[in-house]
Amino acid sequence: MTTAHAPSRPGQSQPAESPPALSRRGFLVSSAAMGGLSLGFHLPFLASAEAATPGATPAAAAPEVNAWVVVRPDETVVIRVARSEMGQGTLTGLAQLVAEELECDWAKVTTEYPTPGQNLARDRVWGSFSTGGSRGIRDSHDYVRKGGAVAREMLVAAAAAEWKVPASECAVSKGVITHGPSGRSTTYGKVATAAAGMQPPAEVRLKDPKDWTIVGKPLPRLDTADKLNGKQVYGTDLKLPGMLNAAVRACPTFGGKLVNFDAAAVAGMRGVHKVVRVDDTAVAVVAETWWQAKTALDALPVTWDDGPNKALSSASIAETLAAGLDAEEAFVGASAGDARKALAGAAKTVSAVYGFPYQNHATMEPMNATALWTELRCEVWVPTQNGEASLAAAAEAAGLPVQSCEVYKLHLGGGFGRRGNFQDYVRQAVNIAKQVPGRPVKLIWSREEDMLHGAYHPVTQCKLTGGLDAEGKLTALHMRISGQSILAAVRPEGMQNGKDPAVFQGLNISGPEGHIGYAVENLLIDHAMRNPPIPPGFWRGVNLNQNAIYLECFMDELAHAAGMDPLAFRRRMMANHPKHLAVLDQVAQGIGWDRPAPAGVHRGIAQIMGFGSYVAAAAEVSVTDGKLKIHRIVASTDPGHAVNPAQIERQVEGSFVYGLSACLYGECTVKDGRMEQTNFDSYEVLRMAEMPAVETILIPSGGFWGGVGEPTIAVAAPAVLNALFAATGKRIRTLPLKNHDLA
Amino acid sequence: MARLTINGEVREVDVDPETPLLWVIREQVGLTGTKFGCGIAQCGACTVHIDGVATRSCAMPVSAVTAEQKITTIEGLSPDGSHPLQKAWAALDVPQCGYCQSGMIMAAAGLLQQNPSPTDEDINTEITNICRCGTYNRVRAAIKLAADGGATQNG
Ligand code: FES
Ligand code: FES
Repeated sequence: MTTAHAPSRPGQSQPAESPPALSRRGFLVSSAAMGGLSLGFHLPFLASAEAATPGATPAAAAPEVNAWVVVRPDETVVIRVARSEMGQGTLTGLAQLVAEELECDWAKVTTEYPTPGQNLARDRVWGSFSTGGSRGIRDSHDYVRKGGAVAREMLVAAAAAEWKVPASECAVSKGVITHGPSGRSTTYGKVATAAAGMQPPAEVRLKDPKDWTIVGKPLPRLDTADKLNGKQVYGTDLKLPGMLNAAVRACPTFGGKLVNFDAAAVAGMRGVHKVVRVDDTAVAVVAETWWQAKTALDALPVTWDDGPNKALSSASIAETLAAGLDAEEAFVGASAGDARKALAGAAKTVSAVYGFPYQNHATMEPMNATALWTELRCEVWVPTQNGEASLAAAAEAAGLPVQSCEVYKLHLGGGFGRRGNFQDYVRQAVNIAKQVPGRPVKLIWSREEDMLHGAYHPVTQCKLTGGLDAEGKLTALHMRISGQSILAAVRPEGMQNGKDPAVFQGLNISGPEGHIGYAVENLLIDHAMRNPPIPPGFWRGVNLNQNAIYLECFMDELAHAAGMDPLAFRRRMMANHPKHLAVLDQVAQGIGWDRPAPAGVHRGIAQIMGFGSYVAAAAEVSVTDGKLKIHRIVASTDPGHAVNPAQIERQVEGSFVYGLSACLYGECTVKDGRMEQTNFDSYEVLRMAEMPAVETILIPSGGFWGGVGEPTIAVAAPAVLNALFAATGKRIRTLPLKNHDLA
Repeated sequence: MARLTINGEVREVDVDPETPLLWVIREQVGLTGTKFGCGIAQCGACTVHIDGVATRSCAMPVSAVTAEQKITTIEGLSPDGSHPLQKAWAALDVPQCGYCQSGMIMAAAGLLQQNPSPTDEDINTEITNICRCGTYNRVRAAIKLAADGGATQNG
């Protein structure tokens, strides 16, 4: 099986020697050529595919049955996927959902991205392109399955019409339609053209989950083969005829500006084409190759205006946040009873302050985008989590109507939230391309640029105060979060009268997205918003990450204060939260909580709900001479429906790497108004040697659709930190661990 | 001007001698399977073989390589994806985003060349590439599968 969206092949077309303009031929294929329902379908990647492989047959030059399904005469089924593949497996998962209802042969399935421009032109027939918040499957399972079901009905109707029999007498299996009474049969490939002309049914019935044969199966990914031989084309790999390359540098100080630069100083350097002002804050060198552009940029004399934040430091930010911990005013996220009063009357109170630092997404593939601009049209090739946001950013930067712009999505070398809301690299690429009209320009950020200009996981601190009664039962809990709001900065339309509801991820009293799994009679969770001038963003796992650390580490502290086993202490408050309890019990059982750990090994446990799923983890660690070793983690997930258990396992394992990287090492510190970490030498991440064994238990209880790409990250750190306390008696309340002496 | 032997082919490239081998491979030779991740020999995304030894190409100037030395990139590891590691990788469906995987496979191939049956400790010491998607456990399993020769049956 292959995927249909490979824009070019390695080893072809040398950038510098190719003609300077792209042929527009074939960009728009008329509806006549496409047949049937297609309305001038804009072929994904035709432009680049054509450039790279002259004479290649475009993937979609076969009838489109409906927006989701194309069946080629050779019986290949092309399933269109609107969400972006960034490693999380959504391409495979969403294709499974369509294929299930389509009743096609899974072995013949391949996938394709529609373009954002075509989505606009077709009244957003593919819905949202946004890929984040673990929403790929849980937000679109209904309409993509319907898309598959509608296509199936149309294909069957076409066969029935040809045979002049009622469609109800026809059955279909693996893309073969049979008419029982007459024994005739045909295939999807043969009736696809006719099907495209059939009236789509007004209503379709989706299969009962118990009848699924493709969904729920641990199928291999559709996109593996090309990742093993270098053929998979990422944004950084794109080659277009006549393409130039650009390296960019923005003012390293947050809020600073570009004053000027001395282009003449590098004008004579090899390969240099042009030095351009990108916008108020950045300068770029355009050259024949990226290395030449980067070399010239390094040599370019630049004057910056550091702006208003030059004195900003991690210490000053921490001070601002600390002041919020006891501030009078705060937004209330969850409340029950009267927490303050109950705390005042509690037999025993426990209090602690936690903190979570800035993190960079650090996708393995640095930010990049390729743009081609003329006065009439602008096209962008980009690895993006949100093609529609890329298109909007491109049009705005291009100064052209959105109808004159197009975005071609490329496979992402990691996204983790960096490539969704933020389209800064698209804007930069277009601003650069405008200054070399008619030539495609590929902009690649250096790792240093990527580290200095992130959309950082926000900083918060949290003060927790718990009240225990004489029996050691938690009667009151106040959680005061102080710190940065993501929504206030990037999605103000999501704010509710000044409150950022997303701050309370996993801590709400109720709700399908994520609610707290404990019944506490007197509860107050509130947020004092403090927004330092550092751009925050959605970082894989978002606010659930630190909320789970705060809540679950503090639960451990409370259990300790109550003289109780941490599992028993939690279980007592979870009777009304059976799904939270089920995953917690699973990991307790899996790790062997009721039996002693091996000598020198200590255990910790944590649970949370987020992104619509219930997750828990139990960790076994040891500490020798101040060195932490995480031996083993048992994880449990209840995502409702599990579309592809094998992919969920991978997401769970990957979540531990992401969560433990942050726990052990992750921290972007601010000094003189800029980030101090510039590459993987100063922003360390987890590597093979530290990776624990992970056992994943999947308990899909059915009836709902939860996300799987993010929730587990949140339980990684608290499970380990709680185990670390069991091992050392030390409560680590600020991350990362590398800053603490564990001896 | 530099003369390089890449995947069995001799290539003449016109570049500044201090250009890192990575960028010569990607931009002049046009083989983009070898990736850029950090540029400072930290992540391993740019791993190629020089005379069979896994080498991070981002921090090595092209002038440090002679025409006699054999450079192998992911594209040249096997003609058809049939290297035992590629088969093991496919059998275990290792990649997520895949961006680090060329480097992972090349690093693993370098390891197996020197040590056909590596222990966990050997793997820990030799495979220091970064994968942000978190494929480490499957990378480890795939190396062991290939080392056991199990990939031949499974792949
Ligand atoms: S790019 Fe060479 S080690 Fe990271
Ligand atoms: S698979 Fe994405 S970085 Fe390794």
